[in-house]
Amino acid sequence: MPIPTENFALENELDTERRNSSLNDVIQDSARHNSVAANTAKDQTMVLNMGPQHPSTHGVLRLLLEIDGETVVKCAPDIGYLHTGIEKTCEAKFYQQVVPLTDRIDYLCPMTNNLAYCLAVEKLIGMEIPERAEYLRVMLNELTRIQSHLVWLGTHALDLGALTMFLYCFREREELMRIFENVSGQRMMTSYFRIGGLALEPPIDFYAQVQAFLKMMPGKIDEYENLLSGNPIWIGRTKGVGQLSAEDAIALGVTGPPLRASGVDWDLRRDMPYSGYEKFQFKVPISNDGDVWARYVIRMDEMRESIKIAQQALDGLPSGPIAADAPKIVLPDREKMKTQMESLIHHFKIVTEGFAVPAGQVYQAVESPRGEMGYYVVSDGTAKPYRVHMRNPSFATLQALETMCRGKLLADVVAVIGSIDIVLGEIDR
Amino acid sequence: MPGVLTDALYDREEMTLTVPREKIIEAVEAIKQAGYNFLEDVTCVDLYPSAPRFQVTYHILSHRLKQRIRLIALVDEADAAIDSIISVWPSANFYEREVFDLFGVRFNFHPNLIRIMMPDEWEGHPLRKDYPVEGYR
Repeated sequence: MPIPTENFALENELDTERRNSSLNDVIQDSARHNSVAANTAKDQTMVLNMGPQHPSTHGVLRLLLEIDGETVVKCAPDIGYLHTGIEKTCEAKFYQQVVPLTDRIDYLCPMTNNLAYCLAVEKLIGMEIPERAEYLRVMLNELTRIQSHLVWLGTHALDLGALTMFLYCFREREELMRIFENVSGQRMMTSYFRIGGLALEPPIDFYAQVQAFLKMMPGKIDEYENLLSGNPIWIGRTKGVGQLSAEDAIALGVTGPPLRASGVDWDLRRDMPYSGYEKFQFKVPISNDGDVWARYVIRMDEMRESIKIAQQALDGLPSGPIAADAPKIVLPDREKMKTQMESLIHHFKIVTEGFAVPAGQVYQAVESPRGEMGYYVVSDGTAKPYRVHMRNPSFATLQALETMCRGKLLADVVAVIGSIDIVLGEIDR
Repeated sequence: MPGVLTDALYDREEMTLTVPREKIIEAVEAIKQAGYNFLEDVTCVDLYPSAPRFQVTYHILSHRLKQRIRLIALVDEADAAIDSIISVWPSANFYEREVFDLFGVRFNFHPNLIRIMMPDEWEGHPLRKDYPVEGYR
């Protein structure tokens, strides 16, 4: 068959045209974004569009990178691809109906979101919850932290070429997913916390399952460190990369492990305790290096501390109810509902009308695996929140990306994005 | 902050200070001087239909005192603008862009005040209370 050369040439030309026009779009786009490419031709720099479908951006992050050879000159994040208007949706729901929405914000730590929101509403109502519920909340939060860090470690190592880690981390994560499924019926979108306590008493085999996991996990963390910490490639890709000073970190709103890796000794669990964290003994790992390596070390240590906290919660778990005695807010026990008239009435009222929350505004922050997760809830005295705003750690940390990447190599951008552990669900909300 | 404060409220263990919007920079600087070193959040509440319509809210944390202050400034609908606090805390950049995008409150002297969540050609500001949530657009 003869090869239609002319057509090929034409197509190539079209292709080039198309490519040029899309490049122009990108340049215009980037000019709008912080005027990245104002003098592209003059400065001999080039604009590179990274994402939103790039696998190592951990979601739908789009970066406009201005590069000079291999060196990053400017880096402008473009977000909003995952914006679903959760804050607006919250305004149309009863207070309890917001809990499933909070899962979907940061899908790697649903329980932390549940906790922050429930604590905020409990603060508005002025409600005390039983100690047993607090302990279980703390235990599940720490398991969630381990799970989130495992996903971070697996994907971060995958980005940097350590493919094995991904399989190892997801093997242990699977155990946690089974625990969450056992306790709440869902693997990821747990929605297990309720305003006033927890949804259900955990099943009998739950405690043995958690104990088995906590016993197994420290050895696994050693195993990960064996694979990575002495590895010259891993050290070469992480040490001295993406440095961030303590002053910059505070000025740019960075929280969580990246802040502690920069030498700021701040952990909300210890410094502004919530949900009974003051009853637990744990260390807050700190490093002064402020690079990708320091963030790796800190998260590994945090996993160990989380195991300790979860163990303490399991050992010291008090007996008692799992939800506060507030019949107008907490749904009644199923058995009671079938036998007692009042319980049936309360159940009907809560489900159909919700419950009124006293007017006021509160801000409740918790330490999520990524940093400070805050819920700002404004009530006007009705059964639906007037405004719910989430302060998300990734959203703030993303602003520091340019400071960490400027003047570094293009390949380091991938390492830095992995090290700040962003979740686009909570950035875009 | 003598002469700057118009209202102060201590409720549910949280301190809320109200300042006039013209003096927001002055207030923020005074708070920073007092040891509150970390800007956590900038957001807004639409108080429609009451006037002034927008309540711009700042949450500021002190690492040393382990305390938090909520600073609020009320902004009219007719001239929905307030000074940007980027000069004091660079982290306000994204937060202020978000408020501009979703509420339509402008921040004076912001270096890059463009939409952040919604597409650039989007009309309206979704988190306003009078934004239609159903029907055809």
